[in-house]
Amino acid sequence: MAASPDLIEREAALQGLGVSRLRKEDARFIRGQGTFIDDIKLPGMLFGAMVRSPYAHARIKSINKDKALAMPGVTAVLVADDLRPLGLHWMPTIGGDTQAVLADEKVCFQMQEVAMVIASDRYTAADAADMVEVEYEELPAIVDPHKAMDDDAPIIREDIADKDEVSHGPRTHPNHIFTWEAGDKDATDAVFDNAAVTVKEEILNPRVHPCPIETCGCVASFDKVTGQLTVNVTSQVPHLFRTVLAMLSGIPESKIRVISGDIGGGFGNKVPIYPGYVIAVVASIVTGLPIKWIESRIENISTTGFARDYHGIGELAADKDGRIKALRFFALADHGAFNSHVSATKLPAGLFSICTGSYDIPTAYCRVDAVYTNKAPGGVAYRCSLRVTEAVYLIERMIDILALKVGVDKAEIRRRNFIKEDMFPYNTSLGWTVDSGSYHNALDKVLKAVDYEGLLKEQAEKRANGELMGIGISTFTEIVGAGPTKVCDILGIGLFDSCEIRVNPTGSAIARFGTMSQGQGHATTYAQIIATELGLPSDEIQIEEGDTDTAPYGAGTWGSRSTPVGGAAAALAARKIRAKAQKIAAHLLEVGEADLEWEIDRFKVKGNPTQTKTMKEIAMVAHTGDLPEGMQQGLDASEYYDPPNLTFPFGAYVCVVDIDRFTGETKVRRFYALDDCGTRINPMIIEGQIHGGLTEAFAVAFGQEIPFDENGNHLGNSLMDYFIPTSFETPHWETDETVTPSPHHPIGAKGVAESPHVGGIPCFSNAVVDAFAHLGVTHMDMPHSAYRVWQQCKALGIDKHADT
Amino acid sequence: MANKHTVSFKLNGNDVDVVVEARELLIHTLRERLATTGPHIGCETTHCGACTVDLDGASVKSCTVLTVQCQDAEVLTIEGLEQNGELHALQEGFTQEHGLQCGYCTPGMITRAYRLLQENPNPSEEDIRYWMAGNLCRCTGYQNIVKAVQFAAEKLSSAQA
Repeated sequence: MAASPDLIEREAALQGLGVSRLRKEDARFIRGQGTFIDDIKLPGMLFGAMVRSPYAHARIKSINKDKALAMPGVTAVLVADDLRPLGLHWMPTIGGDTQAVLADEKVCFQMQEVAMVIASDRYTAADAADMVEVEYEELPAIVDPHKAMDDDAPIIREDIADKDEVSHGPRTHPNHIFTWEAGDKDATDAVFDNAAVTVKEEILNPRVHPCPIETCGCVASFDKVTGQLTVNVTSQVPHLFRTVLAMLSGIPESKIRVISGDIGGGFGNKVPIYPGYVIAVVASIVTGLPIKWIESRIENISTTGFARDYHGIGELAADKDGRIKALRFFALADHGAFNSHVSATKLPAGLFSICTGSYDIPTAYCRVDAVYTNKAPGGVAYRCSLRVTEAVYLIERMIDILALKVGVDKAEIRRRNFIKEDMFPYNTSLGWTVDSGSYHNALDKVLKAVDYEGLLKEQAEKRANGELMGIGISTFTEIVGAGPTKVCDILGIGLFDSCEIRVNPTGSAIARFGTMSQGQGHATTYAQIIATELGLPSDEIQIEEGDTDTAPYGAGTWGSRSTPVGGAAAALAARKIRAKAQKIAAHLLEVGEADLEWEIDRFKVKGNPTQTKTMKEIAMVAHTGDLPEGMQQGLDASEYYDPPNLTFPFGAYVCVVDIDRFTGETKVRRFYALDDCGTRINPMIIEGQIHGGLTEAFAVAFGQEIPFDENGNHLGNSLMDYFIPTSFETPHWETDETVTPSPHHPIGAKGVAESPHVGGIPCFSNAVVDAFAHLGVTHMDMPHSAYRVWQQCKALGIDKHADT
Repeated sequence: MANKHTVSFKLNGNDVDVVVEARELLIHTLRERLATTGPHIGCETTHCGACTVDLDGASVKSCTVLTVQCQDAEVLTIEGLEQNGELHALQEGFTQEHGLQCGYCTPGMITRAYRLLQENPNPSEEDIRYWMAGNLCRCTGYQNIVKAVQFAAEKLSSAQA
């Protein structure tokens, strides 16, 4: 039965779940009126510029500030010795290590922070930074993580050389950070020993950088009279940021206000707490003046928030038909000079153990060894959950390699190994419970859409003509929405999230969250969730995040956790309000609560549909004395949501490439992406997120890499070298969807923004390698730049024209 | 004031005078002295285009223009596109077609697209992709930016018809 026009109209008026509602954020941005960090200007504000190490590994013999301090406009030059009395020359990291805020007697990576000059403006600060004289004694550097644990390797971290452990189990070498493992090693080894078929490949996820167009920065402002510290900062995690500042500085958390304003892209780069922030805070405390510190692009790529640098070895054991019997994955993780890797405390290798992917693999074992090298510290999750790109890349590459080995088509081998629909919720052999999925259905839909059979036929013809055409498939499963507090915490704080909703007497509302948008459109989509739950128009629901003085505590926005965790909190807070509203409606209509049913924006009496109370009417009554016995005024609620499980978005992608064997240039002819993120809140925003994620996947697959020479010198840390795709080379994206709701999420949503990055990268690689598969090539490491692909052509002897 | 220069130019139709060192970049003059914070800084190498402004009828990256080069110039920034409270068709197009996410590159993008439509009121998708290649965006994948420019081109040409 079709809904009546009245119902359709009322539903449409809400602009709730499932509607491509235009974004509420846009009005300020299209006018140039956003408030990004560098737009903040406070009276008396000074500017900080960093003095950085030219060496990757060196002792600091002396620092002479005199010439810098003598320059007009220079207020201070801060070095480690200045921070030492405050105990702030080192800081704890998220990874359980400590990191030098300013280099303490030695530097361990090129561009490490050595001093900060505080001056009247950015030009003066930069001039003075050049005048700080630092004398170094260069030491041999370790760049290749495979050499980090050699017997004769130089010790990078003398400060912890005698420590048996850096918070994640025993260390076997001074440059060893941790070894983490999951699964059953003995059982896995036994399956491999007796398997009909095994495959093994070394697979690299190179060091890359999220590179948002806005770099990192802050304005720290300490009021000496009140003792109040305000920090405006480009942080994806404002609440955790405040807690860490309180722990570091000893200032009561209630006296610290952290404000994340508009953020010009994050992609993981803006999760950690960087030395620049801490120094700016100290400088403000010392001077009593606001201090602004903004990274340059070169500083951004060189020092804050690199990602990946996972040197993997994948192995699969299977029967002769390609049914996988066991998986064995290793990764050597290069964490740089300090372990400031972003991870949950109990998960030092993040969620790497999702590496069994979309497949029913009965036995598995994986291990990650993390080491120190003389490179920038960290390891952030670049548009993915913690270490999920690395895991998915391995399994999606390995299953193609297995397909080649057993001679089964790469779509067919996936079908043979998929977790079947009736197996959900599915417990993986590495300990995760995948909530829901419909993998066969998704793959079949995509193959039909791209005419897979036709593509295979065309490819066979092209191969016969000596042309290179590749078809890549990726059928990935993500793991997002960290996370259940029993599994996930950072510095002891569980990764729950929160929402507070207050409904005003006239039926408009404000909702505040512990998450932090960086372009995802929370002000638009959260309002849609609440609109549907409360029956109030989303245009009248104001969303706020990012100000720790007003927003409820939460772990911020990263790892696609906003919808899975914050969105769940919104729905459940709204349901608390609706439960109270129902009591009020029953009181007003003089019936029992059970006699009422909810219809879009109102309660109506069952069997008597003219007897109704709208949510707007109830909102007003909630602020009067006409309430049920004992009920307090007001219509508000808060929810702290601790998810019972993570969510597992999935997708099926196909990529078609044509490669010029004479130049190595790859043309992405077609990219078809089907994503299943469960319940869809705003299709327009979902599609935008997928376009962006695929483009970042394209960037990683085809060009991004932070290269070093053997002395640890950067060989490409500006946008002159580091690849950001332009509009001209970015492919056209085709999107599609299936909808398999999460059974444990209040509205069935799973999160989406990172799937296209995680699933896209292996799809591109699979397509490029597939173009060479008939020539015996099983793997090529990223990035698939024209030069590197041409080298493959040259190695195969197919790079020359026949007549030359 | 030794080593300083007075520079006069038109910014979004208004006369402005600034006193700057010879080395001062236009982006800093706009942002720090003239409260024009729409154009943003994203790199130091003229690659990202976040600082794009229109200078005497040409798109320039204001991070590599010296303010002293702007004597008597006409400078247009994102702040000058809205006229009499009415959004420019490009501003409308970017919202309608979801051509922005974090909003950081948006002012430069729109200012660049403005110059494109001045030169070529009826661009093809390939024209747009080629013309906009000096402005980097990490959020959108450009597809909706292309649509936003097409939206504006259509609106402007139908208004003229």
